Amino acid sequence: MDKIKIRKGLDIRLAGAPSKQIERFEPKFCAIKPTDFIGVVPKLHVEEGDTVKVGSVLFHDKNNERIVFTSPISGTVKAIVRGEKRAILKIMVENDGKNDAIDFSFVNDPIDKMLQSGVWPMLRQRPFATIANPNDRPKHIFVSMFDTSPLAPDNDYIIENQYDAIAEGINVLSRLTDGNVYINVNVNSTTCTDAINRISTGINNVVITQFEGPHPAGNVGTQINALSPINKGETVWYCYPQDVIIIGKLFLTGRYDSTRIIAMTGSAVKNPHYYQTQVGADITPILDIVDNSRVISGNVLTGTKITGDNCIGFYDSQVTVIPEGNEYKLFGWLRPIFKRFTDTNTNGDTRPYIMTGQFERVFPFDIYPMQLIKACLIKDIDQMEELGIYEIDAEDFALCEVIDPSKTPIQQIIREGLEFIRKETC
Amino acid sequence: MGLRNYIDKIKPNFEDGGKFARFHSTFEAFETFLYTPDTVTTSGAHIRDAVDMKRCLISVVFALIPCFLFGTWNIGYQHFLSLGEDVTFWQTVSYGLIKIIPLYIVSYIVGLTIEFLFAEIRHEAVNEGYFVTGFLIPLIMPVDVPLWMLALAVAFAVIIGKEVFGGSGMNVVNPALLARAFLFFSYPSKMTGDSVWIAEKADAYSGATPLGTLFNGGTVHDIPSLTDMFIGTIPGSIGETSKIAILIGGIFLIITGIASLRIIIATFIGAISMSLLISDIPFHYHLLMGGFMFGTFFMATDPVTAAQTNIGKCIYGFLIGAIAILIRVANPGYPEGMMLAILLLNVFAPLIDWCVVECNIYKRKKRWK
Repeated sequence: MDKIKIRKGLDIRLAGAPSKQIERFEPKFCAIKPTDFIGVVPKLHVEEGDTVKVGSVLFHDKNNERIVFTSPISGTVKAIVRGEKRAILKIMVENDGKNDAIDFSFVNDPIDKMLQSGVWPMLRQRPFATIANPNDRPKHIFVSMFDTSPLAPDNDYIIENQYDAIAEGINVLSRLTDGNVYINVNVNSTTCTDAINRISTGINNVVITQFEGPHPAGNVGTQINALSPINKGETVWYCYPQDVIIIGKLFLTGRYDSTRIIAMTGSAVKNPHYYQTQVGADITPILDIVDNSRVISGNVLTGTKITGDNCIGFYDSQVTVIPEGNEYKLFGWLRPIFKRFTDTNTNGDTRPYIMTGQFERVFPFDIYPMQLIKACLIKDIDQMEELGIYEIDAEDFALCEVIDPSKTPIQQIIREGLEFIRKETC
Repeated sequence: MGLRNYIDKIKPNFEDGGKFARFHSTFEAFETFLYTPDTVTTSGAHIRDAVDMKRCLISVVFALIPCFLFGTWNIGYQHFLSLGEDVTFWQTVSYGLIKIIPLYIVSYIVGLTIEFLFAEIRHEAVNEGYFVTGFLIPLIMPVDVPLWMLALAVAFAVIIGKEVFGGSGMNVVNPALLARAFLFFSYPSKMTGDSVWIAEKADAYSGATPLGTLFNGGTVHDIPSLTDMFIGTIPGSIGETSKIAILIGGIFLIITGIASLRIIIATFIGAISMSLLISDIPFHYHLLMGGFMFGTFFMATDPVTAAQTNIGKCIYGFLIGAIAILIRVANPGYPEGMMLAILLLNVFAPLIDWCVVECNIYKRKKRWK
């Protein structure tokens, strides 16, 4: 087993880590949001009032009709929420509590089974972070078993008793690639390492690697770069550990089980702990938070601000609530810093890039971050390719964005650069 | 708070369609000077570091304060020393203040007026960069520089050195050094020689800097002791003489992460290597004489004009140190080489970066095959 030490990075410590306690939360509503999926153009299969089962198709992707998105719970379609230009923002399903699921055990082909049940979108590809294309054979598949982002859920604790499903999930993944399935574990987590070692014996293309170091050591992008950087024209796939469990359960039981454990975290949460709920759950009933705070589906670095009906994102297993920082501070720029990170205030205005060498301290890639950001800004595809755009995703720049004294929207810049290339080339 | 309410009340006048819309940038500059804005993150990461551009740049000004204080005292000290008068500490300092305050007034009024004007014309936020430049410029001048010359140099540096390229962050050469270079070549009699370094010097007293003495054929025995050069009780540009003051500020900048330690170390290595190679005097004299230390800590480390890549910074720093000593030793025209070495490498920094980045690209493309 190899051990890789990530030296550059930054562990952001925030108040409000979850205590080790899991509470069952049966959601009243769940929502699937097409906006969670990059490049997906939804085509609806249901109308408001339709009855759906777990695994019933809600919509498919117009760009690839094989990729369908299914209901995580059984019940009725309560609302189809649209935004500007009638774009579909979310499909809300009301829970009937019966957990009535479609049986997919008759589907033999593993890819078809995953596609039809709606778990396929849990597999994503790099570059571009889009849903994996079922027609591709990826170079490798990566799973990061641990999360180093701020207030991240403790995966060891979450997946404690689910190694049977993980074993089956890894077994499925190993059949999807001619390369390796890289399972990356935290160097400090012996239980996880031992369990993965145990369940992956007999699958010859599973490679276990131990990682240590500060965030983003747990980001799959960092791990891909350390193990097998993506070259132009190559594709790798990745997915999250809880999704490996869902895939595993699908093959063990034949049913889509959308159960997911989420961590309720952040300084504005009154009693931060874990909840067992379903994918896309509306968490309004369990939001016990202080006023003037921001609810984020995901972590503070890459998550999405959620408002209104508070449905968590498809890929997220964490909710973070932190205070909004919408207040003026007299001579704020002159005050001594006691806490670097507290609220959502930008702590300054956008400025041209003046400081250099700051990003390199938190960016563990063999890439020049400032130069790549500038290439993205001017939308120069040749330069972006040469500087390594295919090896990274917007989330890999999250720490750069956080520490940027010029306060520029770096993740957005990188995302727009990636989308520009994707649209030009695909 | 009363002040906040007042600002909120007058704010609409400066926004689009308001009475004073054309002064929007000016208003914004003063508003954000008083209050950090209430803006919250809207995309990407939801939290941001407490450090912003204002804080970075004010750190540099803080770091320069020891040089400013010592420089002020030294102006008085050198003046009364040349006259042979015995005066109190406060008389020394007040003389220094009388000399230095007008330089600062001119530097900031001229520089900031131009900055605000350009910001309004471009409808951009006023950049804080000039707070540093404006603080640096008087410190690298001889004390008796005429105020009109200073004003001219500042205007040249800000307009030609910075604004024509698009403002702070886009400039090629360090504006403060450009101001000095402008005067150095336009009015050499006021910028070099033995008579410019001490305010209202007595004629009989030699006011030569250590470098000047050596340049005119002196030896290490003719110049002040190492201790004097380290403490700074010698003639020279206002801020450059005290190495202790420079080190205090420099260490502050290194700890806060504002100045690149790579550049500083590389510059020292470059200078030491070149001195050992070609100079007759011991290398530590070179480190303590002239503007070497000041230039290393406060000029070479300017992030905009230095190389931007980490490897590039090492090359850039090494060459500054080496070329500065080369000019000092080998050039027949003038005694000091630090300013010109930094300006030269400012111009070459993008080329150094280009080579470094090309290596990274070459490595990547080789992997593609």
